[in-house]
Amino acid sequence: MHTHRLAPWAAYTVVGVGALIMLAPFWFMFVFATHSRTDIFSLPPPLVFGHDFAANLGILTSHLPFWRNLGISLYVALASTAFTLLFCSMGGYAFAMFEFRFKDALFALVMGTMLVPSFMNMIPTFMIMDALGWIDQPRALFIPGAANAFGIFLMRQFVGSSIPPELVEAARMDGCGELGIYWRIVLPLLRPALGTLGLITFIASWNNFIGPLIVMRSPEMYTLPLALRALQSPVDTEWGALMTGSAIATIPLLLLFLASSRQLISGLTTGAVK
Amino acid sequence: MRLRSRFRLTPAWTPYVLILPFLLLFLVFNLFPLLFSLFLAFHSWEPTSGLTAMQFVGFDNFGFALGDEWFWKSLRNTLWMALASGVPQHLVAIPLACFVHSALRRGRDWVVGAFFLPYITSTVAIAILFSALFSTDYGLINLGLQGLRHLPLIGAAFPAEPVDWMGRPEYIKPAISLVVFWRYLGFNMVLYLAALQTIPGDLYEAARLDGAGPLRQFWFITLPSLKPMIFFAVTLSVIGGLQLFEEPFILTGGRGGSDQAGMSTAIYLYRMAFDFNDFGAASAMSWLLFFLVAALTALTNRAFRARGPAS
Repeated sequence: MHTHRLAPWAAYTVVGVGALIMLAPFWFMFVFATHSRTDIFSLPPPLVFGHDFAANLGILTSHLPFWRNLGISLYVALASTAFTLLFCSMGGYAFAMFEFRFKDALFALVMGTMLVPSFMNMIPTFMIMDALGWIDQPRALFIPGAANAFGIFLMRQFVGSSIPPELVEAARMDGCGELGIYWRIVLPLLRPALGTLGLITFIASWNNFIGPLIVMRSPEMYTLPLALRALQSPVDTEWGALMTGSAIATIPLLLLFLASSRQLISGLTTGAVK
Repeated sequence: MRLRSRFRLTPAWTPYVLILPFLLLFLVFNLFPLLFSLFLAFHSWEPTSGLTAMQFVGFDNFGFALGDEWFWKSLRNTLWMALASGVPQHLVAIPLACFVHSALRRGRDWVVGAFFLPYITSTVAIAILFSALFSTDYGLINLGLQGLRHLPLIGAAFPAEPVDWMGRPEYIKPAISLVVFWRYLGFNMVLYLAALQTIPGDLYEAARLDGAGPLRQFWFITLPSLKPMIFFAVTLSVIGGLQLFEEPFILTGGRGGSDQAGMSTAIYLYRMAFDFNDFGAASAMSWLLFFLVAALTALTNRAFRARGPAS
């Protein structure tokens, strides 16, 4: 537009090749998922789909309670999303619309913890979960996650920019109760932000590795990333099955991304742009 | 408005009730663990002997960590990988974002999507795939390198023998860094794209009228305007790079690789706690690493403040 006078085809070639290199690993993940271990490690390695998907799946389900692991991943991700949306929208609404004691200090504290690296809480979290008896319990993953500082930030921004205080005031004058205002007026208006936060929370929970690594100890309670890692062994890794499992773990993310990439990208970079 | 609130149409408890569930979880699962970790760092304790066996040991854990050769090695590894994956991310993402911003009209969403996709996919699945791609004899990465050897002129720069990526200590860190670079490139690109969209077009117009070519425009308009975003993105890379855990953990099978060459500090403190059962030392290490993150963030901040006259 303003700087370059490059021929369009050249621009598209450069960027297109780059994009293909970025996507190539995904292609090979799905290709390898349909090949046996010996096929994957042969010369030349497979470049197109094969016929061993079912066989790989068989190996996968015989080594692991794979479907159960998938179910736990899904359950944790959905519960995590539900709790995060509920608690963060309530909290964000309070931060944006009300005055209360220690509000600014509390908000600063919450935002400050966003910068605390995740490894800081690894050890104490394990001890707390152990003390609560939550080891091997899905709630050890979705309850703590609901106190999501980013979620509070996002919700406060959105309430502040798109819900007029007059509307809340008017509902109050009409005799609507405070929780009714939140539930019937604020929540529906928050829908776009809830969608974004929901997507981000679901994906983060689905991919979460450190959390389950700390609290999920028995294979029946593993989430997908843990189950896949358990299949990795120094001597005899079933690579075909491992690729099939990885591909299955990736499919939901690809679908979500295809359906909502714009919303997701802008949501994940909100903190930066605002 | 003021009158109304004096009549207390809004019950005073409302904000407290709204904030309560979040606050409770925040205190129990975010703030308390942080304080507890500080407490642990000054105590000696073995998980097998019960909570009552905890003993105050002053700075012993910190002394132990600072005298531990593996801890220092893990710090060097972490810094190495943070730099090797972080610096190229920005050196590639900035020109790439400028290029996409100025040269691409149609299909931009697809290109951005392709670059961004690695950021949202499971690190574990990705790292598993890359361990197959990095295989010495059959991995596609080595086959690609062998293929590039046949190129005229530059071919000789590529290795003649297949590289033992995961077996030889000197190749583990570059391999891990490559995966991290691949994962975060698109994220940074999107940040820079967003910043580019806020630069007013007439700045370029004026520069062009003054006879400034594309390179001068990039140097005198684009880069200075991007400075706040570069600061922000580099800070994120510093914080993220120093807590590197999943990629090296999966690629080295959870142990750090041969000669611990791929053992990041986050992996080492995980092992210190859960493999070697020393929670006190592990907590002390996590605080030391945290101070390093804070110091480097402050340093980045200063570097960006110092350069350039006004911003």
